Amino acid sequence: MNLISYIGKYFLFIIEIFKKNEKKIIIYKTTIDEIYNLGIKSISFVIFVSMFVGAVVTIQTTANMEGSWMPRTLIGYATRDAIILEFSPTIISLLLAGKVGSNIASSIGSMRITEQIDALEVMGVNPVSYLIRPKIYAMVLFNPILISLSMIIGIIGGLFAVILSGDCTISEYVSGIKYSFVPYKTFYALVKTVLFAFIISSVSSFFGFNVKGGALEVGKSSTRAVVYSSVMIIVSNYILTQLLLS
Amino acid sequence: MVEIINLSKSFSNNKVLNDISFKFDRGVTNLVIGKSGSGKTVLLKCLLSLHKIDSGEIKFDGLNIKNISNKKLRILRKNIGVVFQGGALFDSMNIEENIMFPLHMFSNLSFNEKIYQVNKCLKRVNLINKNKLFPSEISGGMKKRVSIARAIVLSPKYLICDEPNSGLDPYTSILIDNLLQEITYENNMTTIINTHDMNSLMQIGDKIMYINNGLLVWQGNKNQILDSTNHELNKFIFSSRLFKKIKL
Ligand SMILES: Nc1ncnc2c1ncn2[C@@H]1O[C@H](COP(=O)(O)OP(=O)(O)O)[C@@H](O)[C@H]1O
Ligand SMILES: [Mg+2]
Repeated sequence: MNLISYIGKYFLFIIEIFKKNEKKIIIYKTTIDEIYNLGIKSISFVIFVSMFVGAVVTIQTTANMEGSWMPRTLIGYATRDAIILEFSPTIISLLLAGKVGSNIASSIGSMRITEQIDALEVMGVNPVSYLIRPKIYAMVLFNPILISLSMIIGIIGGLFAVILSGDCTISEYVSGIKYSFVPYKTFYALVKTVLFAFIISSVSSFFGFNVKGGALEVGKSSTRAVVYSSVMIIVSNYILTQLLLS
Repeated sequence: MVEIINLSKSFSNNKVLNDISFKFDRGVTNLVIGKSGSGKTVLLKCLLSLHKIDSGEIKFDGLNIKNISNKKLRILRKNIGVVFQGGALFDSMNIEENIMFPLHMFSNLSFNEKIYQVNKCLKRVNLINKNKLFPSEISGGMKKRVSIARAIVLSPKYLICDEPNSGLDPYTSILIDNLLQEITYENNMTTIINTHDMNSLMQIGDKIMYINNGLLVWQGNKNQILDSTNHELNKFIFSSRLFKKIKL
């Protein structure tokens, strides 16, 4: 299949996802399950990664200011903006594309090759909306929460880094964090996370759903899911940043 | 009765089914036999409207499923029980939830009534007190039985099974075959079973169609098969030494 027909198929797939026909209560219940599977289960991973990323951002910011005339409060200020604007929303979403995206693609792919998707269809269920809508809802609802958590933990990670290195005092770091805070930037960051969550869940589902063959193809589809959702995240990040921040 | 008339189906330029006509009778076990890759699964999926056919007609007791509306297709599907190859049980649900799923989708019974139906079907396939196990925790034969229970929970008029005893030992295979035949007789269903298992053929072959290279090559029943003079059929059936001996 060429790229154009892929893109066409993807958009038809998206339309199919939002066709109304399942009982609301069923979608609601499965969404709760998916929030647990795709969201809650990622919390410890996000905390761990954000802690280290936050620390590294702080150390690098400090290194760039070495010996300069700039006030030490800038360390906290620069760390905050780097984490909120880019590191948490984009980097963590890319990592989640790897973790959650491959999970979605392989679980839907294996349902496809074991004919569970055909079974759903003959039981009067629209498998596209039944399987995938809850995943999209769960990701779109929970990703902003995960990323907000990541922002907070990242900033705390930075604090640990300055405590360990002694490059600035805690109160300098904290007043840097509070310095000229623009809530709109956080809003922009959370808009990004919603879009990224949609990309991860829909693209991965698309590749999983269209698996043909056996276990080998399921593996290939989950690789493709991660690659394509990452690429789409990177490109849409550029477009959104241009639209919202310039 | 399910009737197919001049049915053809191809994938790009691979002609899988070529102008096939056949009647699957009510109240008996109808077998579709053929080599692996001969198009048995494709035929069943055409019956289930999972594949779109190129030409021909499929009629369920007179109801033509060509251009059928979604609403009518839904009603028809409620009346078809399907046992997929490998069972196709939902991994994320336990046995009870698997069997209850069609009830959730198609009925408005209360929870207790649903449980009652589930247990009745589990008893019918000789699986009791296994309600809370997950598909990954049970054997291949049990999976097939759960799948049969799920297929009959809505008391369908039609039962469609894709190689229900593939991957099972000869003893368990015969149990499954007999179970399917008994259920068919009890409920006067139109049952269609794909198989390439010679034991099944001799055991439950009330009516048989043999397809090869996309063509319907032979039809008959288990008593006629031993006397058949069809060269292609004989090559397929009597390929093992055991069956060659039976033929002599
Ligand atoms: N979805 C599909 N797309 C393309 N070709 C298919 C598809 N499903 C089956 N086929 C082809 O149809 C032929 C018959 O397959 P199948 O019905 O699965 O055989 P079997 O008799 O073993 O069940 C095979 O050559 C297979 O490659
Ligand atoms: Mg098959």
